Amino acid sequence: MTENRLLEVNDLTKMYTSGYVRTVQVTGAKKVSFNVERSEVFCLAGESGSGKTTVGNAILRLIKPTSGKILLDGKDAYSYDKKAYWRKVQAIFQDPYSSFNFFYNVDKPLNDAFDLLEQPTSKDERKKIIRSTLETIGMNPDEIMGRYPHQLSGGQMQRLLIARSLIIHPNLLVADESTSMIDASTRVAVLNELLRLKQVEKMSVLFITHDLSQAYYIGDRIAIMKNGEIVEQGTVKDVIFHSQHPYTKDLVASVPPIHERWKI
Amino acid sequence: MNGNLLVVKDLKGYYRGTFGVIRAVDGVSLQVGESDRVGIAGESGCGKTSFAQLITGTTTPLLHYESGEVIADGFNIWKIPPETLRKEVKCKRLSYVPQAMLNSLNPVRRIREFIADMLRDRTGRKYSVEEASEIAAEHFEKLGLDKRVLDVYPHELSGGMMQRAIIAISTMASPKLLITDEPTSALDVTSQRRMIELMMDIQRKGIIKSLVCISHDLAALNQLCDRIVIMYAGEFVEEGKADDVINNPVHPYTRALMNSLLPLEPQTKDKLLSCIGGVVPDLRNPPPGCRFGPRCEKCTKRCLETEPPTIEVRGRIVKCYPESVSETA
Repeated sequence: MTENRLLEVNDLTKMYTSGYVRTVQVTGAKKVSFNVERSEVFCLAGESGSGKTTVGNAILRLIKPTSGKILLDGKDAYSYDKKAYWRKVQAIFQDPYSSFNFFYNVDKPLNDAFDLLEQPTSKDERKKIIRSTLETIGMNPDEIMGRYPHQLSGGQMQRLLIARSLIIHPNLLVADESTSMIDASTRVAVLNELLRLKQVEKMSVLFITHDLSQAYYIGDRIAIMKNGEIVEQGTVKDVIFHSQHPYTKDLVASVPPIHERWKI
Repeated sequence: MNGNLLVVKDLKGYYRGTFGVIRAVDGVSLQVGESDRVGIAGESGCGKTSFAQLITGTTTPLLHYESGEVIADGFNIWKIPPETLRKEVKCKRLSYVPQAMLNSLNPVRRIREFIADMLRDRTGRKYSVEEASEIAAEHFEKLGLDKRVLDVYPHELSGGMMQRAIIAISTMASPKLLITDEPTSALDVTSQRRMIELMMDIQRKGIIKSLVCISHDLAALNQLCDRIVIMYAGEFVEEGKADDVINNPVHPYTRALMNSLLPLEPQTKDKLLSCIGGVVPDLRNPPPGCRFGPRCEKCTKRCLETEPPTIEVRGRIVKCYPESVSETA
């Protein structure tokens, strides 16, 4: 069981403090515990302000938790060298437009990804790897390479970022609301790509979202957060369709169904 | 007028700038009758917001009205002077709640002071803040909103509460038509539900007569509207009863769009969903034939060359060739 465990989060607590004299404390996350198995999509869902992103950022080592432990492969996340850690954990964020530098063409972030790797690669090798990676995720490299971010659609940009993380090939990919800014028709392409990462590349994905239907489509297990705490976790089917906690029930009932109408 | 509150005829609106001419809204027609709830759906960049701006006469700088007619409750929006539009039509006859609605409140005034300002300007009478807040409190109570909202500054409200307050304020003068742009998109599902309930309530209580709602979220539109229009690349491609369009789409684009939706139902997980390949056309230089042609499964040579006609199929208005939308196709 522990052999198969990739990430373990134990009692993670983050308090945001503001002010110098009269300090005000705001809870970001409170005693959050869950684990992510290898080759699994684990979803964190909840409304805005529930602390989903705080947990995601703590796992990415972007913010330091107040207390609690994050274990990656059985070792404390903070015991790793930063570069070595990010070789194992990568992220895709919400806004694809702010993930790219508009002055450079989109090859640059893909090329920069190689700097994180241990072995140095030659320029030709890099180009070859980039082309084959783009092909594996179903994009035509001739259409993409050398283009500038504004020439691509949001969905294409998000998939490029997936390609970037594929070059590094981390064990865990943190996808923080990465499909909420793109259109319904292209969103499915990104979701399917994340599913492929799990099935073919055997990577784990921590999928952070506010949209329960997306979580249900791609997730294996899910944790529902409210005010910084996990109120319910389990397999997606159990949590969404046989919810125990009243908050989860309320949340599921509020998602507008497409084939039937509310009686209001 | 045959009872139509809003008549849009062959409306065109283009963006003009150094980048060229973008045909954001290109020849659309729509009729909204009394007690209709119409939803306009489409992906980002298909011209939904431009359409809303054009039918309300509130265009952003680069968007220009080109041709066509917009008649709202007898007023030809683009033929009357702007001051008449502002004083007589807006708020009293039609109310437009834009997408950036959270910026529309005055950050340095309490909500009741803001309402007093608005009433003074719209009616020309000198309302005191107390009088105005009495009127507002009565209105808020009618809609089941908390009266305490009136005493706070905008930043003290949550996003959902602020949006509901704005909808309430914009319906204070009982406009016949309410036009909302993405009213539910920035909200959590629970606030989204409350927002939909509020808008249904406003109509049921007779404060507004008709509603035009613009959104990318088809599931939310289906809850709120009884007629849905699907927009693609500046054109209306399908219009019909909400249930028909959602459950039994006719146009190839609508079909593909429905297949890419993720409803929260147990069977969603069982199959791999498909997406629409290709990209939305550049509206500076739209394809000569059907605008969806390059991405369409049923595309023929004719589709790429000549623009498809607007036809009526099974109670719906569809912009496509009859063969592609026939029952067997």
